[in-house]
Amino acid sequence: MPAAPLLEVRGISKRFPGVIALDNVSLTIGQGEVVALCGENGAGKSTLMKILGGVHQPDSGEILIDGQPVKLAGVNDSMKHGIAFIHQELNVLGNLDVAANVFLGREPRNALGLIRTKKIHADTVPFLKRLGLDVSTRTRLDDLSIAHQQMVEIAKALSLNSRLIIMDEPTSSLTLSETKRLLELVCELSGQGVSIVYISHRLGEIEECADRVVVLRDGKNAGELSGGDATHDRLVNLMVGREIKSFYVQSHAQKTPGFLKVRNASSWLHPGKAVSFDAARGEILGFAGLVGAGRSEIAKAICGLHASPQKEVFLDGRKLAIATPRDAIDSGIYLAPENRRTEGLVVEMSVRENVSLPSLKNFSRFGLINRRHERQIAAEQVRSLQVKTPTTETRVLNLSGGNQQKVVLGKWLAMTPRVMILDEPTRGIDVGAKSEIYRLMRELADGGAVILMISSDMEEVLNVSDRIAVMHEGEISGVLERADCNEENVMQLAVGKKISAARPAFNN
Amino acid sequence: MKKEIGIFTLLVVLCAVTGFENPRFFSQANLVNIANLIGLYGIFSIGLGLVIITGGIDLSVGSMIALGGMLLVLALTEWHWPWPVAAAFTLIVTMSLGLAHGFLITRFKMQPFIVTLCGLLLYRGIARFIANDTTKGFGDAAGFKTLQALASGKMLGVPMPFVFLVIIAIIMWIVLHRSTYGRYLFAVGRNEEATRFSGINTRWIVASTYVLAGLLTGISAILFAFYTNSVSPSNHGNFYELYGIAAAVLGGCSLRGGEGSIIGILIGTALLLVLQNLVNLLGIPSSLNFAVMGAVVLLGVLADQIFQARSAKKTVRVSK
Repeated sequence: MPAAPLLEVRGISKRFPGVIALDNVSLTIGQGEVVALCGENGAGKSTLMKILGGVHQPDSGEILIDGQPVKLAGVNDSMKHGIAFIHQELNVLGNLDVAANVFLGREPRNALGLIRTKKIHADTVPFLKRLGLDVSTRTRLDDLSIAHQQMVEIAKALSLNSRLIIMDEPTSSLTLSETKRLLELVCELSGQGVSIVYISHRLGEIEECADRVVVLRDGKNAGELSGGDATHDRLVNLMVGREIKSFYVQSHAQKTPGFLKVRNASSWLHPGKAVSFDAARGEILGFAGLVGAGRSEIAKAICGLHASPQKEVFLDGRKLAIATPRDAIDSGIYLAPENRRTEGLVVEMSVRENVSLPSLKNFSRFGLINRRHERQIAAEQVRSLQVKTPTTETRVLNLSGGNQQKVVLGKWLAMTPRVMILDEPTRGIDVGAKSEIYRLMRELADGGAVILMISSDMEEVLNVSDRIAVMHEGEISGVLERADCNEENVMQLAVGKKISAARPAFNN
Repeated sequence: MKKEIGIFTLLVVLCAVTGFENPRFFSQANLVNIANLIGLYGIFSIGLGLVIITGGIDLSVGSMIALGGMLLVLALTEWHWPWPVAAAFTLIVTMSLGLAHGFLITRFKMQPFIVTLCGLLLYRGIARFIANDTTKGFGDAAGFKTLQALASGKMLGVPMPFVFLVIIAIIMWIVLHRSTYGRYLFAVGRNEEATRFSGINTRWIVASTYVLAGLLTGISAILFAFYTNSVSPSNHGNFYELYGIAAAVLGGCSLRGGEGSIIGILIGTALLLVLQNLVNLLGIPSSLNFAVMGAVVLLGVLADQIFQARSAKKTVRVSK
């Protein structure tokens, strides 16, 4: 008789008032297995994970660990059974050092009740070694990169003797090379007998690391694929339940090269370096590069959000003076920022108030808002972008990530964009909504706008862009024409190597 | 709107109970007196409310009322300035102080609590110093009877401070709830960064609320000076900022910013003053005055918090 799997979930159902979140869902995870869990937002992934974490109790069905039925009545129960979580938003205390974070809440104490500092530092070292993390245990977490902070969380999970680590979108804030390292680490851990549940919207990563892929749709098991069979198309079909035709939309626009010219844009992140490039009307110009290459900062500099005194911006042959965000907006240059919830939206306000925020002056007289006009504009955007929201008065924080992103776009589409800059436009957005956002971007470009898309998602940047500008440490290291856009070339440029396929970013 | 209805109900109940226990509550003299006080306190509470809506705080209100009042008295009785000049001078000083607060907060990123706490200490000290720490009065108001009548007289039996409050409240209601500026105040209070990304000059918006608070506090300072008819610099206006904060919070403003309404602030002010009146009329020892106020504010905000948590739970479930 084969050994019982590490974890078995049998026929679990969970109802919330009005919604069946999980309907007879089953999931098996063997020891040392890497199982990817996929599904659109709302498919039930997070509910299932919350049940494993002891946050929710299932209405029916059972959970077995090592073949024994268990009840996970709280977070502590699930921790005791060796289940650990690495959340998308890391759970670390930036003001404490590595060792203090690893042993948080279970510090060994001496006779006086004081923390045995030496011991926790000594005990932390082996876990860091096991992860190949070369930092001092005395480093404050604030001084570590996101990737290293994440490693510290994994070290904490290992120190708790976790046998199953659940990672929720672990790569969403990692650079390409950090992502590679994490995927390697997942393989290493699985080799050491630790099981991993890997939740991600990035299908490329799943193809790479998963032994098995479990797909949920509408709260039910939609199917399973073994690692080798998990191709992008198959996964998407299982997730969406239908074939998405033309996931990426090709360009039909007549391009006008040199429509947008940016010269000497710089940012505080890389003093002394500057970025110059040309972009055509009707094209989507992708910006690839490692996190920290300064892409977002340059976007903000162009939009007047960061100071950049030497910067010159020409649009349609006219020189623009952009010193403040208002100047950029008045010139038709809009930014959908990377952090939707902190920079893109006032999430506690309604869809209507968010959509109208930048254009409010356009439909007010003597400083008073024409409320009928405002409602109209908001309703129009909700309709044309197909935002799924009960009403335009719904607060944005109650919408899903994809719909929030559409509201961000709606803010700017309510005025006519001439240059639309999108920073990580589909981060945390599910597959169905992603394809809609890509279609919208293409429609905008075809309608005569310049689209600049900053993306750390390799698949996205390769497939959506007409050309790709790759940045390295505050400068553009090269621009790739459509025919030369492949992962190899992007990676080479991203780490600052020179390659023959690279074109200059601008002509004088 | 729900918040306002809740606190309004509380106000009505308190009035009814007090009136039932002591019919003098509804006497004309008492009602006029309460209206007068609501006018005096309501005006600066609105200014403070605007600051709170942007996520700030102004602790200097009481001291500013003392300093403004003292300058007015000096200008009128010792420097013998024409009253329009003296009144304008008072308002310019308080607005300038507000501008200084706004400048320090937006330009140097100082915390509003600290800036206005220093203001509280500073202006009180200056008020005492310029008056040699003695009480100064208006005397028989020779030469500025018009201003006296404007500030402490009556119009059709209604005390002038209340008349001013109604006018100011209507203007500020339109500004806060119907204008782009008002919308920006709420947006800045909720998320300054996203507001800035939307092309709005958030520094200017934030700073302007301190100037507006300065203006409304200055108007209050003039009215209060004539209400007491003399200004004793060491205790004139003491704690008024706390009344204002209490009124705004009772009326639905959140100290985290982004929430509040003019009507809420007015009801909150009225509630606080009815409570004080109630302590007098119901024979509760006046030493308990503050305790009663503190308890009611605490319970009011607690009840609201519990109610909010419940309705939030409901919406989360529905949206799932």
